[in-house]
Amino acid sequence: METDPGLTELHLGGLGTNTKILWDRVPPETEPFSPDNLLIFGTGLLCGTPAIGANRTIVSTFSPQTLLMAYSMMGGFWAPELKHAGYDKVIIRGKSPNLVYLWINNDKVEIRDASHLQGKGAVETEGLIRHELKEPGAQVAAIGLAGENRVYFASIEHGRSSASRLGIGAVMGDKGLKAIAVRGTKDVNIARPAEFMKLCNEVLKYIEVREEKPIPGVMPILAGLGSPQEMKLVDEEWHTTNFMWGNSRTRRKDFWNKEIEEKWRESQESVRTRLISCYNCPMKCGATISVPGISTYMMKCFSKLTYTMAAYSDLDFGFRIAQRATEYGVDAYSAPQVMAFALELYEDGILTDREMAGMPSDNEGRFYWLLDGIVRREGIGDVLAKGTYWAAKQIGNGADKYAHNNIKKHEQLPLKLGMLNPIYYLMYCTGEKINITQIEGQFPQAPFPTREEREEFVKDWIQVPDEKLKQYFLDWELRGEHSIPYYPTVEMCCEIVDWQEKMHHIDDSLGVCAGLSSFPLKPPYHIHNYPAFVSSATGIDMDEAGLTQVVRRNRTLLRAVNVRRGMRRADEQPPEDHWRKRFPELEAKLLDEYYKFKGWNNQGIPTEESLHELALDYVSEDLEQRGILNNEQS
Amino acid sequence: MSKVKKKVKRIKIDVDKCNGCRACEVICSSFHAAPKYSSNNPARSRIRVVREPLNDVYLPVHAGEYAKAECNGRDKYTIDGKEYDECAFCRASCPSRSFFKEPDSGLPLKCDMCEDDPPQKEPLCVQWCLANALTYEEIEEEVEEENEKLGDVEIGLESLVNKYGWQKVADTYTRMSMSKKG
Repeated sequence: METDPGLTELHLGGLGTNTKILWDRVPPETEPFSPDNLLIFGTGLLCGTPAIGANRTIVSTFSPQTLLMAYSMMGGFWAPELKHAGYDKVIIRGKSPNLVYLWINNDKVEIRDASHLQGKGAVETEGLIRHELKEPGAQVAAIGLAGENRVYFASIEHGRSSASRLGIGAVMGDKGLKAIAVRGTKDVNIARPAEFMKLCNEVLKYIEVREEKPIPGVMPILAGLGSPQEMKLVDEEWHTTNFMWGNSRTRRKDFWNKEIEEKWRESQESVRTRLISCYNCPMKCGATISVPGISTYMMKCFSKLTYTMAAYSDLDFGFRIAQRATEYGVDAYSAPQVMAFALELYEDGILTDREMAGMPSDNEGRFYWLLDGIVRREGIGDVLAKGTYWAAKQIGNGADKYAHNNIKKHEQLPLKLGMLNPIYYLMYCTGEKINITQIEGQFPQAPFPTREEREEFVKDWIQVPDEKLKQYFLDWELRGEHSIPYYPTVEMCCEIVDWQEKMHHIDDSLGVCAGLSSFPLKPPYHIHNYPAFVSSATGIDMDEAGLTQVVRRNRTLLRAVNVRRGMRRADEQPPEDHWRKRFPELEAKLLDEYYKFKGWNNQGIPTEESLHELALDYVSEDLEQRGILNNEQS
Repeated sequence: MSKVKKKVKRIKIDVDKCNGCRACEVICSSFHAAPKYSSNNPARSRIRVVREPLNDVYLPVHAGEYAKAECNGRDKYTIDGKEYDECAFCRASCPSRSFFKEPDSGLPLKCDMCEDDPPQKEPLCVQWCLANALTYEEIEEEVEEENEKLGDVEIGLESLVNKYGWQKVADTYTRMSMSKKG
C-alpha cells in the first residue's frame, strides 16, 4: 500500500513510522511469536538519496526476550536497494507453513520456496540466493539456523552488517522467512536538488577535515568518526583492561602488554583482508575476515572482542568462533555472555554433568559446544537459547544471581564501574533500545582533566543545540564539587541525556548511520543541519523546532507502545552491580526529574497533556481506556 | 610526419583502496540526472563497482563504448589468486550484462568525465571517493598527426583486398550487384 505523506510529516520514516504501524496494528497482548506480530523492515527517510551514510534498515517487531518493542538496525546496502525498488517498508505478518524467502525485483514480488536453504548459514544463504536468482546486484538479508530455531538472540545478517539485538531474527524464523532479497533500479527524486547537494558536499568536506583532526584526550576509538573502528585498530588496551571478562565478572587491569599486542596484531593482520564500508559512506567500520580453513565472513565493531573476552581467550579464537556465530546468525553481545553464564553455573555446581553431558573439557571447545547446542536447541542449549534472564528462571536454584548483567531482560555490554555517573544512569534506565550505544554519544563520557583542554574542546563544538551545554562541560571536573555524581546537576543531566537521545531518534527515522551522527563526538550531521536535509530532500517544511517536535513525538509514541505492554518505572534499572557506589536518593531524583522533563508521569507513562501537545490524543484515549492513564494521575 | 599535443583526461583506479561503498555510483547518477542532482539511481551510473566482498573483488569500472554484440567466448582473469568475474574489466555497454544501460530504455551510457559548464575540477566520482581509490589527472600526450582518416567501408574493403586481391573483390562486387539488379 502507498505511504501516507501525512504520516511522513508527523513521523518522518524509519523508526518513526515503524512505531506508528506497530501502535496501530499490533494489539498489546500479542505474543512475539504470534502470527499477528508484525516484522517491519523500514528504510529511513533519506535512504536512497545521496545523503552520506543514509543506508540504515530499521527492523521493528516485538522481542521474544524483552516482550517489548525491538528496533534493531543494520547498515549495508539493503535499505537503498529497497528504495530503488520503489518501497519504503516491507511488513511481514502471519506465518508460512514452510520455509520461504521473499524476492522483490522492482514491481515483481515473489514468495519462493526456501526448503533447500534450511539450516544454511546466513552469509552462505546470501550467496546462494544471489546465485540462483542470477542477480549479483540483489541485496539479501537472511537468518541462519539460530533464527530458524527461534533463538531469543538470533540476528538478521546482511553482508558486513546485521540487525542483531533483541531477537528479531527469531521472529523472522517464526514467520518461516529465511531471507528477503531485493533489487531496485528506479530513481529516487529530490525536492530541491541544488540545495540538497550543497549540504551533502558540506558533510563530505567536514568528514575529510574531521578525520584529520582526531579529538585529543579521549581513547582512540572515541577520537574519530564511524562506529568504533575495531577493525582498523589493533590497540585494545582500553577494552581489555576496562571491560569485564567471562560472565561480565573480572576486570584484568594488567592484561595488556607488548607481547599480547604483538600476538594480537599478528592475529588481526593475518586474517583481515580489507576494510570495508556500507553504502555511500567513506568510513571503514567493517572488515572482511578470512581465517584459513573456514569460510570468509565480514565483521564489525565490538564483536571482535566479545567472544574472546567471554572465554578468557585470545583474538585468534575470537575471529574463529565469530565466523561460526555469524553463519548461525546470533547477536555477538548476548551469545558470548549466555555461554559464559552457563559455564559459570557449571563451575558453581548449579548446572551439573547431567545437563552438560558431552561437553568437551577444554575451555574453547566448550564455547563451540555451547554455541552449537544453543543454535540447534539441544539439551541445555534449548534453555540457554532464551538468554540469561529466562534461562536462569528455568534453571532455578539461584541461577538468577548469575544473570546479573541485564536491563529489561536483555544482556548488556560487560562493564562494571566504580562511581555512579548520573548521565549514564539515566541513559541505562530509559534507553528504549536497551543498548547504551544507541543513546550515548554527543556529550563526552568523562570530564577532561584541565580547563585548557576543555576550552580547546568547546572551541569548534558546533553541534551543541544550546551554548549552555558548553558551559556544563567547561565546569565539569574530575574531582571536587563539580564532579560526578552530583555534577552535572540533575537538571543538566536531563538536558544532556535528552539531546543525546534526540540525535539517535533523528538518525533512526532518517536512516543515517549513528557513526556519522549521534554516536561520535563532533559529527558531520547535527541538529543545525538536519532540518535543511529533510526539507531540501522531501519538500517538507522543517526547522530545528519542527524536527525536535517530530522526534519527541516518535520517542513518546515508542514509550507508549512499551507502556501499553506493561513497562513501568520498576523495569528501568541498570544492572545492580553496574556501579559499585550507588546513590539511591540521587537516582530516584534523577528519574523523577527526567520523567517530568520528558512529559511523563512518575511511572514513566506519557501524560495526557504531553500527548496532546504532540498530536497523540489517540494514544492518551487508548491508555485511558485501558486504565493505564487516568486524569487524576496524569 | 609532425607531432601534435593532445590533452588526455585520466582516472587512475587503485583497486586496493576501494572500500566498496559505491558513492561513485550514487553521485554519478545524481550528476547526470536532468535537472542536475534531481534524482539518483546507481542503475543509471556510468561507473559501476564490480563487488564481491567474500572474494575480495572490488573493481570500479567506467562506461566505455557501446558494443552491438557480445564477444564470442569470454575471458576470466585470475590475479593474485583472486578470480574476476567474466567481463569484469570490460568497459563496454554490451548485451551480455546490465551495466551501462538506462534501466528503462536500455539506451547505452558512456562516461563523459563529467563535462560541465563551468567545468568541474574533477569528475564527480573522483570528488566523492574519499578512499582515494579514484584519482584524477590530466596528461599531455604527443601523438603523430594523423593522415586523412579512412572511413569504415574503406578499412573493410582494404582488408578484403589484402586477403583476396583486387580482381576477386572486383569480380565479386560486379556479380553481386548484377544479381541484385537482375
